[in-house]
Amino acid sequence: MIPYILRRLASTVPVLGFVALFVFFLLRLTPGDPAILIAGDQATNAQIETIRETLGLNKPLVEQLVGWAGQIARGDLGRSVFSDMEVTRLIGLRIEPTAMLALVAIVMALVIALPLGTLAAIKAGSLVDRAVMAFAMLGFSSPVFIVAFFLVYVFALGLGWFPTQGYVPLSQGLWPCLNSLVLPGLALAMLYAALLARITRTALLEVLAEDYVRTAHAKGVQPGKVVIGHALKNAAIPIVTVVGVGIAALLGGVVVTETVFNIPGLGRLTTDAILRRDYPVVQGLILVFSVVYVLVNLLVDLSYALFDPRIRY
Amino acid sequence: MTETRSGAAEVKAGGVHARGTYIRETWRFLRANPVILGGLGVILFFTLVALVAPHVLADPARLNPIQRLRPPSLDHLFGTDQVGRSTFSRTLNGTAISLTVGALVTFVTVVFGLLIGLSAGFVRKLDGVVMRIMDGIMAIPGILLAIALMSLFGSSVKNVVIAISIAEIPRMARIVRSSVLVIREQTYVEAAVTNGTRLPRMLLLHVLPNAAAPVIVQATYVFASAMIVESILSFLGAGTPPTIPSWGNMLAEARPFLQRAPWMVAFPGVSLALLVLTVNVLGDALRDAIDPRLARKLRS
Repeated sequence: MIPYILRRLASTVPVLGFVALFVFFLLRLTPGDPAILIAGDQATNAQIETIRETLGLNKPLVEQLVGWAGQIARGDLGRSVFSDMEVTRLIGLRIEPTAMLALVAIVMALVIALPLGTLAAIKAGSLVDRAVMAFAMLGFSSPVFIVAFFLVYVFALGLGWFPTQGYVPLSQGLWPCLNSLVLPGLALAMLYAALLARITRTALLEVLAEDYVRTAHAKGVQPGKVVIGHALKNAAIPIVTVVGVGIAALLGGVVVTETVFNIPGLGRLTTDAILRRDYPVVQGLILVFSVVYVLVNLLVDLSYALFDPRIRY
Repeated sequence: MTETRSGAAEVKAGGVHARGTYIRETWRFLRANPVILGGLGVILFFTLVALVAPHVLADPARLNPIQRLRPPSLDHLFGTDQVGRSTFSRTLNGTAISLTVGALVTFVTVVFGLLIGLSAGFVRKLDGVVMRIMDGIMAIPGILLAIALMSLFGSSVKNVVIAISIAEIPRMARIVRSSVLVIREQTYVEAAVTNGTRLPRMLLLHVLPNAAAPVIVQATYVFASAMIVESILSFLGAGTPPTIPSWGNMLAEARPFLQRAPWMVAFPGVSLALLVLTVNVLGDALRDAIDPRLARKLRS
C-alpha cells in the first residue's frame, strides 16, 4: 500500500509541473506586453515599469522560468501586485471560509444525493424515479448563482431563516458558522448532488441486477440490508469516482458562491484578483485549486481498496 | 477502392444515399424520439427570438430614468431595471449572446477535439505528448481556467469563446481518441490499409463517421456548459462586456436589487436555466437514442 501511495504521489508531480508551466507561459505568451496586460490601459509608464521590474518580466525567458521553478520549489508564490502581500499569506488567510463551505456542500450533496439516487434505483421506472431524475436534471442545468438567488429570495429575504450574506468564522462558534453556510452550501451542493444522484442510481441499478443480490434476497435478508449492505457497498466505486471528478465543478462553484454571498474566501479572492488584474494572485490560486483537485482524486483512487477488498495495491 | 467506399456508406446508415432518403430518415428518427424533436423545437424558438428581438423590440440600452424598477405590467412586460431599461427587451436580446457563445464554443471544441483526438489516436508518436498536455489542462478546474484566461485576454465575446473552448477541448479530444483507438483495430480499417488508402482519406471516410456518435452527444453537453460558463464569467465581470446585454451581465446588475426588483433576476435567470435544461435533456435523449451504453462512458 505505502509504495503504491508514494508512486501515485510521484505521478502527480508531472501533472502539477505542467500546471505550473501553463500558468507561467499563459502570461508570457498572451499577445501583448504582459506588464501592460497586468497594469491595464490607463496605467502610467512608471507603473508599467514597476510591474515589469517586480515580476522580473524584463529578464530573459529562461531566467524567468528557472526563477519561477525555484520559487515554487520553495513554496513561494510571489507577491500580490495590488497589496504587495505574499500570495501564500493571502491564501492562508482566506482558506478557512472556503474549506468550511466546500465541506458543508459536500456533506449536503451526499445527504441529498445518496438517499434520492438509491430510492430512484429501487423504484426504477416509477413516478418517484422520474421525479428524482427530473430534479437531478434541473440541478444539473441551473447555474450556481441562479440557485443562490432563489434560495436567498425565499429563505433569507422571504422567510428570514438565514442571513442573506456574510460568513461567521469558526472562532465564533460552530453553530453560528454553520448557520451562515446553510444557503451558500446548499446552492453549491445542488450541481454536485445532481451529478451524484444520477451516478448513484446508475451504479446501483447495475449492482441490483447481480446474482449475489438475488441470492441475498432468496436467503431472506431484509430488503433494506440488501440495498445498504450488499448493493450500495458494491456500487461505491463509481460513486466516489464522481465525488472526485465533481470537485472540479465544486471549486468553480466556490468562486461564484462566495461572490454572491460575500464570503471572504479563496473564491472571492479569485474574483477580486481578476478585477484588479492581480496576475500573481490568480496564478497562485489556480495552482492551489489544481493541487487540491489532483490530491482529492488521488485520495479517491486510494479509497477504492476500502470499498473493494479485491483491489490491492 | 469502390468496395471500401460502399463499406463506409453502410456504416454511416444512409449518409451517402440520395438527399430525399436522408431527409426522410432524419424525420423518421425525430418522430420516433419526440423528446429530441421537442428539444430542437425549443432551441429553434430561442434562435428565432435571438434573430428577431433586435429588430422588433425597444433598444435594450435605452434609459428611462422616470420608469425605474417598475414591476412587470402591460407597459413593461418583464418590468424595468435600476436605470429604467426594459427587462423584456434586454432578456430577449441577451438570448443571442448565450446561443452565439454556445454554438461557437461547440464548433471550436468539436473541430479541435477531432483534430487532436484523431492525430493522437492514429499517430503513435504524438499520442503520449499530446495526451499528457490534455491531462495537464484537465487538472485545472474548467471554470477557473476560463477565469484565468479572461483575466489576461480582457472582456470580449471573442475572448469568452476562446477561453471556454480551451477548457473544453481536452475532454473532447480524450473522447475522440478513445473511440479512434477502438476503430483503429477494426477489420474495415485493416482492409482499407491493405487497399493502400491514404491517411487523410482513411480518417475522413472510415474513422470519422464511426467516431461521430459520442462526439455529437458530448457536443450537446459542451453547448450547455459553455452557456453556463459564459453567464458565470459575465456575472463575475470577466466575460461579455457590460455594454452588450447578456443574461450573466443582467444578473450581476440585478444582484443588489434582489429584494426590491426580483423580476430583474427572475427573467434572465429562468431563460438561462430553461435553455440549458433543454440542451441537456436533448443531449440525454440523443445519447439514449444513439447508444445506451455511452451513458457511463461520458458521465464518469
